[in-house]
Amino acid sequence: MSATPTQAEISAALSRWLAPGSILSQPEDVRPFETDGLSSYRQLPYVVVLPQNEAEVQAVLRYCHEASIPVVARGSGTGLSGGALPHAQGVLLSLSRFMRILDIDVLARTARVQPGVRNLAISEAAAPLGLYYAPDPSSQIACSIGGNVAENSGGVHCLKYGLTVHNLVKVRAVTMAGEIIELGCDALDSAGYDLMALITGSEGLLGVITEVTVKLLPKPQKAQAILAAFDDIEKAGQAVASIIAAGIIPAGLEMMDGPATRAAEAFVHANYPLEAEAVLICESDGTPEEVADEMARMQAILENSGAIETRFSQDEAQRLKFWAGRKAAFPAVGRLSPDYYCIDGTIPRRTLGAVLKRIYEMSHEFGLEVCNVFHAGDGNLHPLILFDAAKPGEFERTEAYAGKILELCVEVGGTITGEHGVGVEKINQMCIQFRPDELATFHAVKAAFDPEGLLNPGKAVPTLHRCAEMGRMHVHHNHTAHPDLPRF
Amino acid sequence: MQNTLQALMDQVRNAHATATPLRIRGGHSKCFWVAADAPQELDLRPYSGIVDYEPSELVITVRAGTPLSEVEALLRQQGQMLAFEPPHFGPTATLGGAMATGLSGPRRPHVGSARDFVLGVRMIDGLGRDLSFGGRVIKNVAGFDVSRLMVGALGSLGVITEVSLKVLPVPAFEITLEWQLQEAAALTRVNEWGSLPLPVSATSLQNGRLRARLSGAEVAVRAAMRQMGGEPVADGELWWQSLREQRAAFFETERPLWRLAVKSTAAPLGLSGALLTEWGGAQRWIASDHAPAQLHKAARDAGGHALLFRGGNPARPQLGALDPVLAQIHRRLKHAFDPKGILNPGLPGNF
Ligand SMILES: Cc1cc2nc3c(=O)[nH]c(=O)nc-3n(C[C@H](O)[C@H](O)[C@H](O)COP(=O)(O)OP(=O)(O)OC[C@H]3O[C@@H](n4cnc5c(N)ncnc54)[C@H](O)[C@@H]3O)c2cc1C
Repeated sequence: MSATPTQAEISAALSRWLAPGSILSQPEDVRPFETDGLSSYRQLPYVVVLPQNEAEVQAVLRYCHEASIPVVARGSGTGLSGGALPHAQGVLLSLSRFMRILDIDVLARTARVQPGVRNLAISEAAAPLGLYYAPDPSSQIACSIGGNVAENSGGVHCLKYGLTVHNLVKVRAVTMAGEIIELGCDALDSAGYDLMALITGSEGLLGVITEVTVKLLPKPQKAQAILAAFDDIEKAGQAVASIIAAGIIPAGLEMMDGPATRAAEAFVHANYPLEAEAVLICESDGTPEEVADEMARMQAILENSGAIETRFSQDEAQRLKFWAGRKAAFPAVGRLSPDYYCIDGTIPRRTLGAVLKRIYEMSHEFGLEVCNVFHAGDGNLHPLILFDAAKPGEFERTEAYAGKILELCVEVGGTITGEHGVGVEKINQMCIQFRPDELATFHAVKAAFDPEGLLNPGKAVPTLHRCAEMGRMHVHHNHTAHPDLPRF
Repeated sequence: MQNTLQALMDQVRNAHATATPLRIRGGHSKCFWVAADAPQELDLRPYSGIVDYEPSELVITVRAGTPLSEVEALLRQQGQMLAFEPPHFGPTATLGGAMATGLSGPRRPHVGSARDFVLGVRMIDGLGRDLSFGGRVIKNVAGFDVSRLMVGALGSLGVITEVSLKVLPVPAFEITLEWQLQEAAALTRVNEWGSLPLPVSATSLQNGRLRARLSGAEVAVRAAMRQMGGEPVADGELWWQSLREQRAAFFETERPLWRLAVKSTAAPLGLSGALLTEWGGAQRWIASDHAPAQLHKAARDAGGHALLFRGGNPARPQLGALDPVLAQIHRRLKHAFDPKGILNPGLPGNF
């Protein structure tokens, strides 16, 4: 086929395999799919398909492969980097009908589920068996397990329990050519290269995930949290390093700065200390003996690090209350301003104080407010920049500020994305983090799965051309951010 | 060290230009298992040393030629460890070799494998290019996860030159317990433990003797002991060491030693020969003269795969056949990283 088929042609062709209600192309029908969690980027899909089973996914992909039509997979659309942003001439393949938990193997502690199953639904189904699925992104009531695999999502408990990649047993996927691959196996490793690790975090570029088998863990007997307030964010940063240095791996170790704490308090009334410049939530889980021991040690460290107040959760209700504000921090900050922009860089923990200081300084330079809520234990920052998209130029200024923060993360030895992925959002910063040979390697990996480059094209990995253009632009304006970094 | 790295890159570049196969070597400690078929050696031992280690970051960055024993000794001083307990198989083992083989020891099912602890890799690909993937931070999703792809690839996709690893604190307290239990019952028992919040950190099962190691805060371990019963074993740590290093009497066998990685709950495989089961039932060592095809089938039926580990007929392939679609992806990846096929030809990871 030569010219791009029309929407009607695509719909007609696909109706050979899919039920009529499974193919959408009217603007009012495809509108709900025009954006994911990064709503500043919008694109109406050409055609949306909602297959019901793996055979239909195969049929869609085979057809699109033959006809050279780009395909973008979509789970729940909560991604924060525009990974599921539709392609203007492409098919948007929604996995939203893949909602079944296929099997829970109690003795082997695994759950085999379809990709559209919500993260939290797995833990809910496993709860009566005393088991749960550990990675818990804040979006867990909505995001799909297929999306979690595609993004290698993390959560507040991943310092101790690992990211998605550490909690998978098997992944089944369909390649762009419509062929089924099974990665991983029921054993703890599989023959050949570790393609399961490779597809995890691949942002829908290598295959469409149709089934996931996850590891389940026994629910800890007890969990308890300490809320610690600091009058100085650097002291809080130091406390985080001291806890880890003491050989403790808390179940959760999260930080909110003053502005974020006050926003969260106004929203959920968790009784947070309002005068604090930083609040740490440290959680311990395990047997009651273990928790008591760890809590005492953490309290001593927090106090030695200059905490002005430490509070223990006295019961489960209070523990959940401590977390309520943290988990609702994004919407809470959202109430302060018409729009906010969430950043996801990771830094070595030892640079926490210095990086936060620089972020505040830049906030003044750009004239934009910022709040910080983040996974302190992992060094994964989530600065939230407040802006008003209705004000001319403010979004552009926000993006520029965000870009500077990400460059700073790379400069101190970190990365531009800890868990939200590159998508379309951070594609330019990829040119800063990686050199051309490395980017070329990524393209070669992509080609090993999808030689024609039809699956989620233009996302996650920039073309060398794009980076070269960017490089030229920076030099032209004579403000290359990091002259010491290798360029080309 | 920059010069040493440059020399390694030059050697790979020349090899690429002249299509000369290279045998990548570290400490030669694992050559009984994996020995490449190439006359020219690429010796990583000179490229050694710790690049960066900050205990409060839980991250260490090490050059590939660094002796594993040196890395572990340094971590010990700070009360930390490589939690996946990589086997050394001799005093010369290097960190690069541990990563390329991707082997993990007794603690693996409870904390994760070698690849689970890898945060970043610096490598030379088959074109002689110096590439870095991942990083030195615990969470990083920028770009495809090439670092983890390198683990267990046996050098066939690139020469690992530096690795950043997540490390963990050494448990405050450990104890080993023992029970007399036949295979089927013991397999059920270890899997049941897995569903309970118990601090189990290793298991083994041989000749009706089940052993488990518990690790953690002393109060927690003592509470678990009361719950689990069993008899304390005096020389527990020696036992786990002897499994990790394959120095236990079981491994002194004349017969071919096979590793069967299977679903932990798989019923006894019913194969003749000596059997030692680790990893909560998921790793079963069999010293046996069975035909390879039979072992591959038994492993596949039990949800996993088999590998000839020591002895036997070294004729390739040691791996069971891959599904054709996957095999094609493997070949394309190999070609992308090493277009002339010069890196460690003849290894089971080479497709
Ligand atoms: C309020 C809020 C809080 C969040 N908190 C966290 C957090 O704590 N930690 C975290 O890691 N993330 C967080 N996120 C981001 C997001 O929820 C995760 O990235 C999540 O994994 C995306 O899942 P999804 O089903 O919504 O995927 P989508 O947004 O639909 O897609 C994301 C990417 O995955 C691909 N994809 C989706 N399904 C498939 C499939 N079946 N096969 C192949 N590719 C597929 C898409 O093409 C796209 O590239 C948060 C988001 C929001 C809105």
